Amino acid sequence: MIARFPVLLAASLWMLLSVLGAGAHADNGIADEIELSGRLSMETRLYPKSSAHPGQRSHASGLAVEATAYMEDDEGRSITVTPFYRYDAGDPDRTHADLREAFVLLYGDIGEDEWELRLGVDRVFWGVVESRSLVDIVNQTDLVEHPDEKTKLGQPMVHFTWSGDWGALELFGLTWHRERTFPGRRGRLRPGLVVDHGLTSYESGAEEWHLDLAARYGGSFGPVDVGLSVFDGTSREPTLLPTLADSEFVLAPYYEQITQFGLDTQLTTGPWLLKLEAIHRAGLQNRRLDQYLKYEEEDYAAFVAGGEYTIYAVWDSDADLSLIGEWTRDGRGRWATNAFENDILLVARLGLNDEQSTEFTISVLESLSSSSRVLSTEFKRRLSENWFLHLEASAYVGIDEDDVVYDVRRDSYIGVNLDYGF
Amino acid sequence: MIRVTLPHAALALSAILLAAFVWAGEPSVGHAQSAEETGLEIATEARERQKGFGNFTASLNMVLRNKRGQESKRELRLKVIEVEEDGDRTLFVFDRPRDVKGTAFLVHAHKNDADEQWLYLPALKRVKRISASKQSGSFMGSEFSYEDMGAVEVEKYAHRYLRDEPCGDLECAVLERVPLSEDSGYSRQVVWLDRGELRTQQIEFFDRREAHLKTMVIEDYEVYLDRFWRAGTITMTNHLTGKSTVLNWSDYEFGTDLDLGDFTRTALKRVR
Repeated sequence: MIARFPVLLAASLWMLLSVLGAGAHADNGIADEIELSGRLSMETRLYPKSSAHPGQRSHASGLAVEATAYMEDDEGRSITVTPFYRYDAGDPDRTHADLREAFVLLYGDIGEDEWELRLGVDRVFWGVVESRSLVDIVNQTDLVEHPDEKTKLGQPMVHFTWSGDWGALELFGLTWHRERTFPGRRGRLRPGLVVDHGLTSYESGAEEWHLDLAARYGGSFGPVDVGLSVFDGTSREPTLLPTLADSEFVLAPYYEQITQFGLDTQLTTGPWLLKLEAIHRAGLQNRRLDQYLKYEEEDYAAFVAGGEYTIYAVWDSDADLSLIGEWTRDGRGRWATNAFENDILLVARLGLNDEQSTEFTISVLESLSSSSRVLSTEFKRRLSENWFLHLEASAYVGIDEDDVVYDVRRDSYIGVNLDYGF
Repeated sequence: MIRVTLPHAALALSAILLAAFVWAGEPSVGHAQSAEETGLEIATEARERQKGFGNFTASLNMVLRNKRGQESKRELRLKVIEVEEDGDRTLFVFDRPRDVKGTAFLVHAHKNDADEQWLYLPALKRVKRISASKQSGSFMGSEFSYEDMGAVEVEKYAHRYLRDEPCGDLECAVLERVPLSEDSGYSRQVVWLDRGELRTQQIEFFDRREAHLKTMVIEDYEVYLDRFWRAGTITMTNHLTGKSTVLNWSDYEFGTDLDLGDFTRTALKRVR
C-alpha cells in the first residue's frame, strides 16, 4: 500500500498540473491562491489486557497528519488534494499513507437544474444511522484507523450529479479497487490469523481495475429524506480465506463481484429522528463452510432501524441530551461476516453547548443472539482555537467463542487523541 | 406549550371580534387600531422593506466573552438567498475554531412549515439532516441561539404595539412579539424599531419563566443598494450568566451570482 502511494500521488499531481495548464488558457485560469488547512493528530491507545494472539503489543502510539490544498478559480472550478499519513510505533502495518482526495470539481446549470462533476480521488458517504455503515459502499474502509469502520480510503472515480427541486441523481464510475487495511501481526483489533496482502485475489479477471458502477437518488419530501442506491462491482468487504503460506496459516483477502441495492431514509419530526437503512446484496460469501471446505455464496438482506430523540436544554441547562436506539439485523444470522447479525445499539450523548463544545457519549452494543457486549465511552472537548482533545474507551465483554469479534475479545482499549488544527 | 398557544388563541379571537365589530359598525371612517393591528402593521412594514434583496454574502466574526472577561473567537461566512413566497435559504460555513473548519449548515426557512436544516461534517463527508426543534440551543457556544440567527418571519410571531419612545438619537416604536412556535426558547420579545427606517435597534428576550434573559443591541447600520440596512455590530448580553457575545459583520456583498442551486444538499458538500 505504501509502495503504491507514490504512484497514486504522481498520477494525481500529473492530473492536477494538466488541469492547471488547461486553466492557463481559460479567461482567468486557476486562482494563484492555494488554501491550506489540515489536522495533526497525536494518538495513544492502551490495551490493558494481555493479548489473545502471539506478537501483539499492548500499546500503540503515533502521529497522523491530514492536510488539504484547495484552489478555486473565478468560475468556481476547483482542485482539492488531501494526502494522509499515519505513523504508528506499535504496529508497522498501521503506519500507512493514503491520498484521501485529489479531484477536480466542476459545476454549472442545466436550465433550472444543476450539474456537478468530480473527477479524481474522493470520498463519498451514504447513510443515516450511527451504529454502522451499511448502505455506504463507494469507498473502502481504512480499518486500521478505527474499529468503527467509519474512516475511508480515497477512491478514484468519475462522479456526476444532476440535481434539482426533485432531488439529486448521482452516477459513479469507480476503478482501481482499494484493498481494505488490516492491523499487522503486532497490532491489536485484528483477526487471529494475520491478513497477508501479498495473497490478495479477485473474482474479476480485471482484478483491481474492474470498472465498478454505482448510482444513487436522494430527495427530500418535507420531513422525509430518502436515498435509493445501487452498486455493481468489486466488494469492499473481502472474504478472508485461511491459507498456508511459508508453513504458517494466514488470511488471504478475496474480493468478489457483488450487486447491492440500498435504501436509506430519515424522518425528521420535532425532537425525533427516525431512521432506516437496508440493503440487499448478492454475490458475497458467508461464514459457513460447505462440504468442499469453501464458504458458501449467499444472497442476503440486512437492515438497521432506529431513532434518535433529543431533549433540548436538559435539566434547565444549555445542554442537549440525545438518546439513540438502533436495531441491526443481518439475514445471514450466525453466518454473517460482521458483528451486527442481531444487535441493539443504545447511545446517550450529552452535548454541553458550551464554548469548548464539550461532549460526553456512552454506548452499549448488545448482541441479542449471544452474550457479547461492547461498551464504549467518549469525551470530546476543545482546548483552544487550534487544539482539541478526544478520549475514548471501549470494552469487549462476554464475547462468545462463536462470535465474529471473538478474535478481539481481549482488545478493550483506552485511546487518547490530541488534535492540532491548522 | 400552553403559555404560547393560549395568548395566540386569545389574540386570534379578539382579532375576529374586532373585525366583526369594525365591519358592522364603521364601514367608512378609519377606526382606532388595536395594539395588535398596529404591531402587526409595523412588523409587516419592517419586513416588507427587507424584501427584494435577492441574495447576499457576508463574513461574521464572533467574540464570546465569559463572566471573567475571557474571550474566544469564532469565524464564519454566510450566504443568503431570498425565495419567493417562502422563507430565506441560508448557508453558514465555519472557518474557526479549527476543529470545525469546513463544517457547513444549511437552513431552508419556511413561513408556515417547520424549517429544514442540514449539517455537513467534512471529516466524514456526511450530510446530516438535523431537527429544526433545536431553535433554543446555543449557536456555536455563543449567547445567540439558532432562532436568534435566523431571519425573522412575521408569520412566526403574534405582535403587539406598546409605545413610542426615544432610542439614542432616534425615535423608536416599541413592539412586543410572542413566538408562535413551541420550540422557541422565549415567552416574548420586546423590540425597538426606529421610526425612520424601521431598523431593529434593540431586542429584549424573556425566557419561559418570564425572566429578562438577554438583551441584543444592534449598531453600526450601513445601507446597501440604497435600500437594505445591515448591521455592523450586534451585541448579545445574557443577564442571567453575565456572558456576552459580539457579532462583527463585514464584507457584505449584494447581487452576487448565487442561485437556488447553491443552497442544495449537493452544494453543501462542495462548500469551502
